[in-house]
Amino acid sequence: GARAWPAPRPRRYHGDKVATVGSEPDTNSVLFQENYERMKALVTELNERAEKIRLGGGEKARQRHTSRGKLLPRERINQLLDPGVDCLIVANDATVKGGSYYPITVKKHVRAQEIARQNHLPCVYLVDSGGANLPRQADVFPDRDHFGRIFYNQANMSAMGIAQIAVVMGSCTAGGAYVPAMADESIIVKNQGTIFLGGPPLVKAATGEEVSAEDLGGADLHCRKSGVTDHYALDDAHALHLARKAVRNLNYQKKLDVTVETPEEPLFPADELYGVVGDNLKRSVDVKEVIARIVDGSRFNEFKAFYGDTLVTGFARIFGYPVGIIGNNGVLFSESAKKGTHFIELCCQRNIPLIFLQNITGFMVGREYEAGGIAKDGAKMVTAVACANVPKITVIVGGSYGAGNYGMCGRAYSPRFLYMWPNARISVMGGEQAATVLATITKDQRAREGKEFSAEDEAALKEPIIRRFEEEGSPYYSSARLWDDGIIDPADTRLVLGLSLSAALNAPTMKTNFGIFRM
Amino acid sequence: AFLRNASTGTCRIEKMLIANRGEIACRVMRTAKKLGVRSVAVYSEADKNSMHVTMADEAYHIGPAASQQSYLNVEKIIQVAKTAAAQAIHPGYGFLSENTEFAERCKKEGIIFIGPPSSAIRDMGIKSTSKAIMSAAGVPVIEGYHGDEQSDQHLKGEASRIGYPVMIKAVRGGGGKGMRIAQTEADFIEQLESARREARKSFDDDVMLIEKFVDNPRHVEVQVFGDQYGNAVYLFERDCSVQRRHQKIIEEAPGPGISPEVRRRLGEAAVQAAKAVNYVGAGTVEFIMDSQHNFYFMEMNTRLQVEHPVTEMITGTDLVEWQLRVAAGEELPMTQKELYVKGHAFEARIYAEDPSNNFMPGAGPLIHLSTPVPNAFTRIETGVKQGDEVSVHYDPMIAKLVVWGDDRTVALNKLKYCLHQYNIVGLNTNIDFLLCLAAHPEFEAGNVHTDFIPQHYDALFPTKKATSKDVLCQAALALILHERIQTDKFKAFSHDPFSPFANNSGRRLNILYSRNLVLLDGQNKVNIDVTYNRDGTYGMKVDGEVFHVFGELDKEDEATYLKCSVNGIVSKPKVVLTNNTIHLFSMEEAVQVNTPVPKYLVGIDASGSQGGAVAPMTGTIEKVFVKEGDHVKAGDALMVMIAMKMEHTIKAPKSGVIAKVLYKEGSQANRNAALVTFVEEENSE
Repeated sequence: GARAWPAPRPRRYHGDKVATVGSEPDTNSVLFQENYERMKALVTELNERAEKIRLGGGEKARQRHTSRGKLLPRERINQLLDPGVDCLIVANDATVKGGSYYPITVKKHVRAQEIARQNHLPCVYLVDSGGANLPRQADVFPDRDHFGRIFYNQANMSAMGIAQIAVVMGSCTAGGAYVPAMADESIIVKNQGTIFLGGPPLVKAATGEEVSAEDLGGADLHCRKSGVTDHYALDDAHALHLARKAVRNLNYQKKLDVTVETPEEPLFPADELYGVVGDNLKRSVDVKEVIARIVDGSRFNEFKAFYGDTLVTGFARIFGYPVGIIGNNGVLFSESAKKGTHFIELCCQRNIPLIFLQNITGFMVGREYEAGGIAKDGAKMVTAVACANVPKITVIVGGSYGAGNYGMCGRAYSPRFLYMWPNARISVMGGEQAATVLATITKDQRAREGKEFSAEDEAALKEPIIRRFEEEGSPYYSSARLWDDGIIDPADTRLVLGLSLSAALNAPTMKTNFGIFRM
Repeated sequence: AFLRNASTGTCRIEKMLIANRGEIACRVMRTAKKLGVRSVAVYSEADKNSMHVTMADEAYHIGPAASQQSYLNVEKIIQVAKTAAAQAIHPGYGFLSENTEFAERCKKEGIIFIGPPSSAIRDMGIKSTSKAIMSAAGVPVIEGYHGDEQSDQHLKGEASRIGYPVMIKAVRGGGGKGMRIAQTEADFIEQLESARREARKSFDDDVMLIEKFVDNPRHVEVQVFGDQYGNAVYLFERDCSVQRRHQKIIEEAPGPGISPEVRRRLGEAAVQAAKAVNYVGAGTVEFIMDSQHNFYFMEMNTRLQVEHPVTEMITGTDLVEWQLRVAAGEELPMTQKELYVKGHAFEARIYAEDPSNNFMPGAGPLIHLSTPVPNAFTRIETGVKQGDEVSVHYDPMIAKLVVWGDDRTVALNKLKYCLHQYNIVGLNTNIDFLLCLAAHPEFEAGNVHTDFIPQHYDALFPTKKATSKDVLCQAALALILHERIQTDKFKAFSHDPFSPFANNSGRRLNILYSRNLVLLDGQNKVNIDVTYNRDGTYGMKVDGEVFHVFGELDKEDEATYLKCSVNGIVSKPKVVLTNNTIHLFSMEEAVQVNTPVPKYLVGIDASGSQGGAVAPMTGTIEKVFVKEGDHVKAGDALMVMIAMKMEHTIKAPKSGVIAKVLYKEGSQANRNAALVTFVEEENSE
């Protein structure tokens, strides 16, 4: 008979039809609900803490600040933002210790600049700071990554063509004066901003000259006489308006070196991650269920699915950007490490950003594995991670222990960004294991000395160690020390990765040269 | 120029020049198109982009903006008619419509003047003549005595002739001084003496005139039509009592509360009047009517009136078509027997004017203009569209809104409903005033008369209330959603179109984004704390009260609507955003909320709303009351300006010290020009 031809339709390739990952969870199960409640509680705690931090200094300090017609730092940022050029913004909060630089303040400023440098993000400094904290000068002033590094970074970023814009909205005293002075372009607010190497008290002590802060280093002086600043603003709102204009005048155009597709929401709601993951690190979690709730259309092209399956590797898109994802589904074996190395090579060859979803207790131990060269294979993966020059972004979704942290792009491996979920833990090994190791050593020592080591003794020894590991492994402990770039709500992971990728793709592509892989 | 059919006496009009502009030109052309008559427009320099030019089959430039040199330029118009080979000229209303010389000139040039014979125009143009003709024809006329003989007896005799009640008025009088009413003959002398005493005291002159007193007078007019064969019919009455500055603003047909008997008598009197002058074409006979529905001839308008559509609506006729047929020599399309009143119609005239400033005429751009959807029962007679300008050179009428309903109540509801949908941004209009008027209980009851507006002044000019909090939330939402649209537009041009950074959802990590929005409700600063919720809704805190708000901007045709929910109450006001202003138009009210101009933009703000006082329109500075350094309070008079033949007092927009007076007496200021500047309050914070 006659053959019926199908109506012509848009041509499709096999590759267009990608299987999705993830499964419908049993939301009625006790486990899911318990997980959900616990993770939800952690997220609530996170939100509450963030809400408190958002307030900055005390009510009184905020009152004093706003009564001068000044905006609070977060208001300044909100008014500065527009959908234009991706920028890195550093804003001093004068309501917290006068905006002065404590050791951690310096570390944060320098880390922000590192992000700007790695990702080629123009910098806008909203300056309102009393400068270095004098009593802590030893931890602020002399070392390589101390206060001076800020200006070193400004100079070198400017040299790289990364714009440096300073908006002086308050004090810029002593070393702080170099922030606007070393900026490519600077703006100052009249009656608010001051810039001087020595403030009125110092001037009086040194020379006996009595002068007001405004006359010594105000907007009129610096815009009309000294030339330290370029633009004269009537108030905060005006200054931020001028800053936006300055950014527009950068003639900056983001050029993506990757292909982009129209983004699609995942097939599963993001908050299911609460119920899928929970807060118990001892329970195993299928990382593919996490991936399913992060990537565009829950589409994941898995690479080497049947080989070394404790490490999941594959391609996907997030907000339309291509990514290679590496996630843990258990302890790392030689096969998993070799598979990871291969996948990293692929991504570097193709200029695909890497996402690490870290939930790792470490590499497998034991005679068989040592003999199998797990150290050598682990080293291959660490080498690949260390040398990979594509943007790397790490999210610690569970445990981050031992050499697993290295292989999965921990902080030391310079990922462009590193985030933690509120359920995550980070330490050289688990508290329980560390306590047991130490107890075993102590027990052996006591035995050599012929002393007794009772179960009570052992418990007494282990308890503080476990407690200490628990405390120091907490994401808040980590975040407070800038071991990460922030704790995020698991439901925000997709957005955070999208933002991070978008920021990272400002930097031009760099070629990767791998070190020697021990074969 | 045209062929007359010898056997029927008719001629064909195939091409017609419309010697007018604006809505009436468009109105005439609409019928011309319907009848297959080609239309020729004429236009002044100011009207080159006007709707009537676009609508015409041909259009000719006839001179500069000033009417004298364009729409009143007889030579030019006749020349165009000849060039274009138009067989007829329709004069519309105003301009040359009641100009005897023009009508005669047309006749001489062999062009049909679509209007009455010049003799009728002449006779009706002179008040005393027209009254005498009407009186002779038995039409009731308002009587009076204006003579020099001032003896008590003579005046009393005149009063009796006129018929009580009468008004005794000082010739030099004014403002009610030296004016008395005598209800009966018995109290005539007492009232006369009282009036004289007061007049002597006030004007040092006691010459009196006597007139028929009409209490609560109504302005009722009858549409009549005559043909060249001596036939005349009436198309019933219109009530145009509610007026401001002696101009009609709202008209209706039939007249409320008028019995069929009075209607018949009115109509027959009007036909009598028309026949008395051998009237041909469309005409209107105006009567003054007292509370007892006695009516007296006032004058006859020998043209198609502005308010003719209400008559068309209740009679199912096209009066322009009638005009063309009659002008072409046909008999009237309908006989009196065939005409009857069906339903009720209203017309509201939408003017560019400021009701709160003595209805001062205005001009300016129609930045936004949206209207109710026209249909068989809702007519929008206009000559402008969004983006056009209401010119200072001509009448500031923007449109006529005409509605029809089965009865007066239905029609009036419809009028109000449609007025709410008539939204204009860019200049002051009388729409809100018309709404107040239409909603007034006495108007609803049909108790209209010519002093309606002064009598109900307080109710018609309510003091502006503070905008309600939920409407402020709507304004804030509109602003936020507008920002998002701007962002999306920007995103579309970006090289990284899907970047989540360019998403303006206000999404923040771990915390909810909150911001403080400042809106200006009149002079009142309103702070709104807006929290962006994760689900795309907003929490808005106004004056301690929290509202849950969400919605979207919805573009339908030309207008944008804010589909929104405020605390669960869903509404869909029309929204127009201009530079610093949010306009919200709902079925309840029209609200205007401003956003404060940032300090750094105040200096260059064209409207100067935050700075000094500005000229409301182009005009001449008549008087300057202030000088540099003067302290003024908000509302103090700064200058007097003459514009559109009206005096306008420029008041201080805020309290402060005058920094500079930018215009001196006798100089010309453009619309929106800053007239004075204020010293910047440096340390006010």
